[in-house]
Amino acid sequence: MDRFLSIKNLEKRYYGHGFLSRKRSAVRAVDGVSLGIDGNTVFGLVGESGCGKTTLVRAVLYLDPPTSGEVWFDGTLLGGLRSRELRSYRKRMQIVFQDPNSALNPKMRIQDSLAEGLINRGWAHQKRIKRIEELLDLVGISPAHRSRYPHEFSGGQKQRIVIARALTMEPDFLALDEPVSNLDVSIQAQIINLLLDLKKELALTYLFISHDLNLVAYLSDRIGVMYNGRIMEISSTDEMINNPCHPYTLKLFSSVPGKQTIDKTDDGSSERAIEKWTTMPAAGCLYADQCIAEQQRCRQVAPELREIRKGHRVACFRA
Amino acid sequence: MGNLLTIKNLDVSFEQEQSDARALRGVDLSLSSGETHALVGESGSGKTVTSMCILGLLPIPPANVNSGEIIFHGKNLLSLSESEKRKVRGKEIGMIFQEPAKYLNPAYNIGEQITETLITHFQTDRKSATGQALEFLHLVGFGKSRRILNSYPHELSGGMKQRAMIAMAICCHPALLIADEPTTALDVTLQLQILRLIHRLKIKFTMGILFISHDLGVVNEISDKISVIYAGKIVESAVKDQLFENPLHPYTKLLLLSIPDAAKRGTRLKAIPGTVPDAGHIPAGCSFHPRCPLAEDKCKIEIPATVDYDNGHLAACHFIGKKWIDSYQ
Repeated sequence: MDRFLSIKNLEKRYYGHGFLSRKRSAVRAVDGVSLGIDGNTVFGLVGESGCGKTTLVRAVLYLDPPTSGEVWFDGTLLGGLRSRELRSYRKRMQIVFQDPNSALNPKMRIQDSLAEGLINRGWAHQKRIKRIEELLDLVGISPAHRSRYPHEFSGGQKQRIVIARALTMEPDFLALDEPVSNLDVSIQAQIINLLLDLKKELALTYLFISHDLNLVAYLSDRIGVMYNGRIMEISSTDEMINNPCHPYTLKLFSSVPGKQTIDKTDDGSSERAIEKWTTMPAAGCLYADQCIAEQQRCRQVAPELREIRKGHRVACFRA
Repeated sequence: MGNLLTIKNLDVSFEQEQSDARALRGVDLSLSSGETHALVGESGSGKTVTSMCILGLLPIPPANVNSGEIIFHGKNLLSLSESEKRKVRGKEIGMIFQEPAKYLNPAYNIGEQITETLITHFQTDRKSATGQALEFLHLVGFGKSRRILNSYPHELSGGMKQRAMIAMAICCHPALLIADEPTTALDVTLQLQILRLIHRLKIKFTMGILFISHDLGVVNEISDKISVIYAGKIVESAVKDQLFENPLHPYTKLLLLSIPDAAKRGTRLKAIPGTVPDAGHIPAGCSFHPRCPLAEDKCKIEIPATVDYDNGHLAACHFIGKKWIDSYQ
């Protein structure tokens, strides 16, 4: 495989303890995810909150090592590295978090926040300042503001600073965990443009996480749809837009607001008794409970991801 | 035509150490029964202050209502006494907040929280109030089981909490429902369910809805009329189709253009430069001029008047119908 980043059968479980029993019950937050990202492309991961998107990113970066599975980064198996070696790889993979307000230390001037990584690398003071000014300029913040505190900036500016901080170590891979969902519409477009410019200029590769399908479809080259810890459908963006196959993908697409899908005469009788007190089904397809096309078989066997067209894989029997 | 709610020239400011923050600078808005009027704007533009002001929930001071009136059912809400306001709040005007997790009391179960409203406003006895609460919960999509009555907020998912809050807001049959970003904290699939629900309830109870949102997509889904608010002033107001098909104000146009869409792949998004002005330092003249691609010297001095351009399509800009930079199309 010559993918830039490839993930094979990644699994992350969290264990809880029973009160008296020794038996440990596991929550499978990420359950056998495989995907590949080519260099200088954007992979968009879509799913609702709680489906394991963030857990997946943390596992990929080994911030929270996966329970099992492999992560290959530029030809190296991350799981096989010792922690010192892993650190040198971390330089090349950075993360941008959702909430810029909590991602920056309020007690540190932004130049200090940005300098931390460089100090670790042993850069001299003058060189650091020069680099920080370059970075701030790159993300559209006036370098003269480098000695300000985070509260002196607006949300959009803070997100720019967070992006600048992620770039200090000259990474070639950025994981973007809902980087714009806390921002206003007009600011959102600014940040998206910035990310696309940076990708071009610095030859970056992105793993872009969002629940906003419109945004993911706009930005990504490939899209993966995640549900309850598993990938349900994965394909190139064009293929996904023109030919979505999994019932869950279809539901996500039809839920995008602005398509005037609310039937003005709808009296609600067609709506199913929604939001049952769900528990994870023991066997079968995870989506069976909510699926419009469930069959007997879906309850018994979980469908595997299989290729229905080149580069388009779906985990559904009907596809 | 009898309007349910009319807001005239509402001006609200907040006391600050240096210059007062001018949260609303002359907002006009009207809403009739059975109509959904959306108030769209970015954070800090004055959407929530408007809704808080209608409900009389703004703390005075630091807030100050400098001028204006809010006429609801023929009464000026601003001149009511605190006890009169309390009778209107919750009973005649219901409210749904953005984050249900914050506004539900974690120490009481859902049943208690809904019956409390009924008992306070209608002096219903507890037993029939419980029956009514169950009915409303059924209406918002919970099954007929009594289990929900005894559930505490932390046992419910985000969507269920929002449904419970909607049940609470409508249980007194309010004539006006204020929905302040009711779906922002929810996932897309839930969002659509909640919007459908709000729409159904509106028809069932012929309520007027003031729907506050920053998301033009959501607004397109649910509203009849739309007002766009920027820096405490309504810059454009129109029937939904008019606004989406023929936006007049540059801010509205740019907002519509800045929405990412799969169809726009490979092109650059038309971002609006700069940020929303701080309420303490609103630019002179047209408040949008520092970010506006059309701005000229006139915009820096003169505040544009709100003019009716086409059958109730109001906008406040000096340059409407005159020119539009092609590169921004």
